[in-house]
Amino acid sequence: MVFIGVRAAPMVALTAFSVGVTLAMQAAHSLEQLGAEMYIPDLVMVTLLREMGPVLIAVIVIGRSGSAVAAELGTMKVSEEIEALEVMAINPIQYLVVPRFLAMLVMLPALTIFGNYIGVLGGWAVCTLALDFNTAGYILRALESADTWDLYSGMIKSAVFAWIVITVACNAGLNVEGGAEGVGQATTASVVQALLAMLVMNAVLTGIFFFAA
Amino acid sequence: MNSNETPIIEVVDLVRRFGDRTVLDDISFNVHRGETLVIMGGSGCGKSTLLRHMIGSMKPTSGSVKIFGEDIAAMNEREIGRVRQRFGMLFQSGALLASLTVGENVALPIFQHTDKSPDEIEAIVKQKLEMVGLSGFEDLKPDEISGGMKKRVGLARALALNPELLFSDEPTSGLDPIMTAVVDQLTIKLAHGSHMTAVIVSHDMTSAFRIATRMIMLGHGSIVAEGTPEEIRASANPEVHQFINGEADGPIPLNLSQDKHEDHQCVKPRPFAGARHRFFRKTS
Repeated sequence: MVFIGVRAAPMVALTAFSVGVTLAMQAAHSLEQLGAEMYIPDLVMVTLLREMGPVLIAVIVIGRSGSAVAAELGTMKVSEEIEALEVMAINPIQYLVVPRFLAMLVMLPALTIFGNYIGVLGGWAVCTLALDFNTAGYILRALESADTWDLYSGMIKSAVFAWIVITVACNAGLNVEGGAEGVGQATTASVVQALLAMLVMNAVLTGIFFFAA
Repeated sequence: MNSNETPIIEVVDLVRRFGDRTVLDDISFNVHRGETLVIMGGSGCGKSTLLRHMIGSMKPTSGSVKIFGEDIAAMNEREIGRVRQRFGMLFQSGALLASLTVGENVALPIFQHTDKSPDEIEAIVKQKLEMVGLSGFEDLKPDEISGGMKKRVGLARALALNPELLFSDEPTSGLDPIMTAVVDQLTIKLAHGSHMTAVIVSHDMTSAFRIATRMIMLGHGSIVAEGTPEEIRASANPEVHQFINGEADGPIPLNLSQDKHEDHQCVKPRPFAGARHRFFRKTS
C-alpha cells in the first residue's frame, strides 16, 4: 500500500523540479522589470509551499494512485471478490478501504514535503546558474520569506486532498457495475471527479487560510 | 428426516421482485441437518437469486429466510457476519482475491475469525488444499492456475472454518469428470462424516444425482418439483423429465428472445437494461 508513495517519488521529483525552475524563471522575468530580483527565492518558496506543491502533487497522485485504486477495487467488485469477502464475514471497508485510506493520508503529505524540497532545489538551480545569486543567499532569502504557517497550510491542504482523492477513488471502485466497461468508466470518473473536487477545495481553502483570517 | 429439530434453513413464502418482474415467486422449503439439497433449473430462473437470499446478500421483497433458526433478512451487518462465520460459500468463479496467493486465500477466513497461530493456520491450509487435490499450490497466485483449480481453491476456502453449512454455486462446472467425482465425493464425505449440510446450485445432472439427498427444481421463479433423486427421476412432470434428460424439445420455453423473457418472468436482474436502451437509441 505504501507504494502509493514510494513509487511515485521519481515522478513527483521531476514535476516539482520543473515547477521550481519555471517559477524561478517567471519570477525573474516579472521581478526584473521592478528591479526586485532579490525576491525571486521568496516567490518560489511561498508559491510552492502554499499552492503549487500540494496541488500539483495531488494531481500526480490522482492520476497515478487514485485511478489505480478505483480500477483495482472495481475489478474486485466485478469478479465477485468483494461479495466473497462479505460472505466470509469480512468487512470489505475494513479490509480494503481502511489501509488504502491510511496509506494515502500519510503518503500524499509526505510526497508534498518531498516535492517542496525538490521544487526549491529547482528554483535554486535557476538562481545560481542563470542569475546572480549564490547558494547561501538563496537559502537565506528563501527561509526568511516563508514562515511555518506557509508550510502548515500546504500540509493541511495536502491532507484534505488526500481525503478527497481516496474517498472518490474507493467510492468509484466499489460502485462499479457492468463488467470491464464499468471498471473503465469508474476509473475515468474517479480521476475527473477527484481533480475537480480537489481544485475547488483548493480555492476554498486558500480563501479560508489567507483571506478570511 | 427428524422433523422435530429446527431446520438449518427455512425459506417461507419468499418473494423477490425487481421492478415489476417477479424473479422468485412464493418459494418455501426447509433444509435439515445433514441433507444435501441440489437446486436445479434453467439458466436465469432465479437459482442464483435464491442463493443470494440465503447468504443474506439480498433482501426479500416479502417472506423470510431463516438460517440456523434466525431470520437473516431482519439482521444488521454485524449479526449477518456472525451467522456467515458458520457457513462457507463457493462462488461460481471461485472469487479468489487476486492479490493474495492460493494459500493466503484459504488462510484468510481462519486468520480473520480465529486466534490460531501462523503455524496452525499453515497446517490447516495444507490439509484443506490436500482435500481438493491441490497440495503444493500454496504459493501460486490465482491468475497462475486454471479455472477449475480456482474453483477447488474456492472450495478449500469455503471449508476452511469447518462450516456446518456449505453453499455452492455450480461447484462442478468447468471441472473435468475426474475432478467432478473428487469434489462430489468430498461433499458426500463431509455430509456423512461431519453432518455438514449443503445447498448446491447445479446444472450438472450426473453430479447432482450423485450427491443429492433431496432436489428442488426451479422454473418461472417457483418450485416445479421437489423430492429425493429417485422421486425426481421418476417424476411424471414433463418439465422435470425434459430438464434431467437434457432434451431440446419439451414444455420448457427456450427464452431465446427478450420478449419471451418478460412473459415468463424468468430472467436475471438486469440493472443496466434501461441504460442499454438509451445507448442504442443514441447511436441508431
